[in-house]
Amino acid sequence: MSELWDDGTDQEFDHPDVVLQPHGPMLLRGATSVQDATGTVHAVTRPVVALCRCEKSSRLPWCDGTHKVIPRG
Amino acid sequence: MRMPKPRGPLSEWTVARLAATASDHELGPAPSAGSWEDETITLWTLHELSYRGFEDAADRAEWDPEALAVRQTLEIALEERLRDRWAGADVSPADVRPADVPKALERVVAEDDGPSLADHVRRHATLDEVLELLRQRSIYHLKESDSSAWVVPRLPVRAKAALMELQYDEYGDGDPNRLHSHLFARGLVAVGLRSEYGAYVDDALPETLEMNNASSMFGLQRRLRGAAMGHLAAFEMTSSLPSRKMVQGLSRLGLDGAMTAYYDEHVEADAIHEHLAARDICGTLAEDEPDQASEIIFGAFACLDLEARFATAVLAAWDRA
Ligand code: FES
Ligand SMILES: [Fe+2]
Ligand SMILES: [Fe+2]
Repeated sequence: MSELWDDGTDQEFDHPDVVLQPHGPMLLRGATSVQDATGTVHAVTRPVVALCRCEKSSRLPWCDGTHKVIPRG
Repeated sequence: MRMPKPRGPLSEWTVARLAATASDHELGPAPSAGSWEDETITLWTLHELSYRGFEDAADRAEWDPEALAVRQTLEIALEERLRDRWAGADVSPADVRPADVPKALERVVAEDDGPSLADHVRRHATLDEVLELLRQRSIYHLKESDSSAWVVPRLPVRAKAALMELQYDEYGDGDPNRLHSHLFARGLVAVGLRSEYGAYVDDALPETLEMNNASSMFGLQRRLRGAAMGHLAAFEMTSSLPSRKMVQGLSRLGLDGAMTAYYDEHVEADAIHEHLAARDICGTLAEDEPDQASEIIFGAFACLDLEARFATAVLAAWDRA
């Protein structure tokens, strides 16, 4: 347990490695490689990547924003 | 880079004032601007002093009190123009609740009905039109992300860490070859254009200059930090899909190579950045500094409004030709 600051909060922030965006991709922090659904392994060169969850991206496994133009069922 | 060609009495005065050789006595007080275009090139020149500067301006010119007074007058007018348009526009409410900021950003972006230059490039643009667009875009992309970097020290803990996470990617993740502004410079060379910093300022439309002036102003003024981050969010949120269209248009015209690689990188990178910007930067900034919530939306509106005006001007010029 961290100590409380004057304002009553513990000032320990959430900073998860995996974040699911509503109707969007999965953000993944700190990965060095990702295997896509066909088995191909992709090197990761950024601190954060966005993995497509809608499966409509033109560059799987990465999100390319296409989910935004798909009607929400 | 050398200072741009003046476009009226005020920019004429400014270039003379900033020149390394100017003595304090030769020039009278600053004249009024001759036109909006004269204002835009003057403010662009004054802001550039805080980026890389000009080889033919005095090194001290950045903090010359008379130049600063002109800059302030022009910034007040620019901010007023933007705020008036925001007040007049039928977009999401100015009194957005801090917790609703990411959603409100999405709404402002969804409601944007400005014309899409990327659509035009994808399907119809001629080679000359694309080269003209790239010259206009070079004014920003050769200093891509630099104005956001000024905001870092002005942010609370979470927004500061998130902005750095985003900016690290903009600046190439530690690899100079991947620095976004450098990728664009390489793209310019690949399509036969000049890549030196500021090479096409004299060709820049006033709409291009105004767009750049707004992001510089948001970055340079602590008071406008919320607007700066809202501007960044709107920019990132309207980038990955249009970047893909740019890739398709460039390939259609046979311009594969480094310029395509620049836009290709933005399809992927900005699909990440948009979430960091909207939620981790703007969302937490609004929570920590609630009075910044509406400023964030103002900045987002300004970004989209200025891009729409730029796109309208460019498309109208191509229509006439
Ligand atoms: S989740 Fe973004 S394109 Fe699939
Ligand atoms: Fe970028
Ligand atoms: Fe970006």
